[in-house]
Amino acid sequence: MQTPTNTIEQFASQEYQFGFVTDVEQETFPPGLNEDVIRRLSAKKEEPEWMLEWRLKAYRHWLTMEEPTWANIHYEPIDYQSISYYAGPKPKGSGPKSLEEVDPEILKTYEKLGIPLHERAILAGVAVDAVFDSVSVATTFKDKLAEVGIIFCSFSEAIRNHPELVKEYMGSVVPYTDNYYATLNAAVFSDGSFVYVPKGVRCPMELSTYFRINARNSGQFERTLLIADEGAYVSYLEGCTAPMRDENQLHAAVVELVARKDATIKYSTVQNWYPGDENGKGGIYNFVTKRGKCDGANAKISWTQVETGSAITWKYPSVILKGDHSVGEFYSVALTKGYQQADTGTKMIHIGKHTKSTIVSKGISAGHGQNTYRGSVRILKGADGARNFSQCDSMLIGDQCGAHTFPYIDVQNPTARMEHEATTSKIGEDQIFYCNQRGISTEDAVSMIVNGFCKEVFRELPMEFAVEAQKLLAVNLEGSVG
Amino acid sequence: MLLEIKNLHASVEGNEILKGIDLSLRPGEVHAIMGPNGSGKSTLARVLAGQEDYEVTAGQVLFNGQDLLEMEPEERAREGVFMAFQYPVEIPGVGNTYFLKAALNAVRKHRGQPEMDAVEFLKLVRGKMKLVQMDEGLLNRPVNEGFSGGEKKRNEIFHMAVLEPLLGILDETDSGLDIDALRIVADGVNTLRAADRSFLVITHYQRLLDYIVPDFVHVLVDGRIVRSGGKELALELEEKGYSWLEGMAPERAAAQPVGA
Repeated sequence: MQTPTNTIEQFASQEYQFGFVTDVEQETFPPGLNEDVIRRLSAKKEEPEWMLEWRLKAYRHWLTMEEPTWANIHYEPIDYQSISYYAGPKPKGSGPKSLEEVDPEILKTYEKLGIPLHERAILAGVAVDAVFDSVSVATTFKDKLAEVGIIFCSFSEAIRNHPELVKEYMGSVVPYTDNYYATLNAAVFSDGSFVYVPKGVRCPMELSTYFRINARNSGQFERTLLIADEGAYVSYLEGCTAPMRDENQLHAAVVELVARKDATIKYSTVQNWYPGDENGKGGIYNFVTKRGKCDGANAKISWTQVETGSAITWKYPSVILKGDHSVGEFYSVALTKGYQQADTGTKMIHIGKHTKSTIVSKGISAGHGQNTYRGSVRILKGADGARNFSQCDSMLIGDQCGAHTFPYIDVQNPTARMEHEATTSKIGEDQIFYCNQRGISTEDAVSMIVNGFCKEVFRELPMEFAVEAQKLLAVNLEGSVG
Repeated sequence: MLLEIKNLHASVEGNEILKGIDLSLRPGEVHAIMGPNGSGKSTLARVLAGQEDYEVTAGQVLFNGQDLLEMEPEERAREGVFMAFQYPVEIPGVGNTYFLKAALNAVRKHRGQPEMDAVEFLKLVRGKMKLVQMDEGLLNRPVNEGFSGGEKKRNEIFHMAVLEPLLGILDETDSGLDIDALRIVADGVNTLRAADRSFLVITHYQRLLDYIVPDFVHVLVDGRIVRSGGKELALELEEKGYSWLEGMAPERAAAQPVGA
């Protein structure tokens, strides 16, 4: 019979499926960061002067900042001079014009990851922007989306073709001074996706971005900006993977969402960056700032995340509830195994009247994994009748892992209604035995129990992603309990 | 023989609970195991089902001629061993129907039968539900979550009805049930009685055996069967109490009742 000890060992040595390296001719900046590097980066991307100025302002501000240490994570200091701040497939520094121009090796990479970029091969209903290291390599279904006035392109392209929109919204939710990693991103961001959905338009398909880190010693600093104008609706998904490397790689992204009056943005993430090996060597450091602003009455922003990868995850997708009756939601599943550490949660800032927020967080720890929920709910003075519901559940698998919860609540308006629930449970030997006794194998039992635990979050994901997320959890949990 | 238990010894954390059990069940027979608290009744059930906490130190168990003790718990289940739990666990977020479909398909796969699709399965489930008088509402709720004591026990019998085992072990299924619930559970079991299905009914009280009438009754005291007989033995026991037989257990002084 399997014992918990040997199955936890099996579990820890679980292979990462997406760890291959693509052999493609790359142009990479030598490691190091200074104003010249930023100028070169900006020139490489053929950016206008105002963009370069913004980057330099951010860089100069960054130099005055200190790396935060308040999170419940432990790692060797990052040497920002040892990172390369640009890596892109040659020679298309500004991105290829059509799929035919994309290096076939790169297309093959996405095929291998299950993300076919040929439009005819893509499941109807999902448009994809593929970001390979520092460059967006392909965006599908652009023309079809343009018919209804939707702009879906790489960030670099948006700077060139839609400067007025970028100037208006970039930094309007996450200012370049926001925090250490967001400021670094503002200085050196490489690429990412840009979406604009005009007034009253309901986006006819799911939009998605697939981020892939391939190059060694490089950081990925993508920046995504998504604007839903009055009465618009958009559902957006992002997925991420990286090769297995011994050294840690930095990923510091910024995502800004703006939902105007009556608009809805649904943003879903399935994060599966390389988590490091069984001894905790290597893996992605994922320091991400994601924030949305409900900038008008009845606006709604909903974040759903399934975080299974990265050596370190530091991420708090937040919503500023400015418009009256606006709604913010955060649904999260975070799985840490091996030596993974996650410090994740959300901030809900209630400014408008009768604003409403919902937080559902499910943390699963296995192996030596450490999982922290950190959430903040602020009800400001003018937020009459604001409501918040928070639920934070933790599940432990094995006895080497940890779960931590840090909820911060700040209420300045007496009419607010707050509810907070938290539970911690251990996946029970008795639950597994019960499943076994009905003929269900231990592995299926674990994945069934964990999926049951995460159900409220998976239900929020678009159908195809929900299935994908369940499979991902099952793969990540293989052999975790005896 | 469906089940042959020979000289079975088992301990938990170094304490010997079962001290040499011999018992045989032919297909279609219902055997009741009675005994005072701590005599090892539930240990016997859990050892047969394969719970890890119990270590078998000696003896043999053959199920349909195969070595049962060599099998993982899920293999035993797929071979046709079913245990109705004394305390069925809750599995939050996992629908009862979903769970049962996974279980049935695991069993069917093992038997070389094709997996059942949702439509077929639902039809099957509806029929079985009537059989054990389950409320349809319990089907869509998570496994045992928020079920009353009676509902949990009925759900166990319902699972058994769907999985159609060769051996049904009822581990003190009557504990905590009022008389109406007891009757419903017993009726469910009685409808499942069949020429190719045997039952091992573990109970502390004779009461259950008024409804599920056994072919044989065995009295377990201090890890050994001290008396076997027909259904009338249960009545005799009810009248005279366990103390009547407790003196019959040898080496009583060495006994350390641990658990039930």
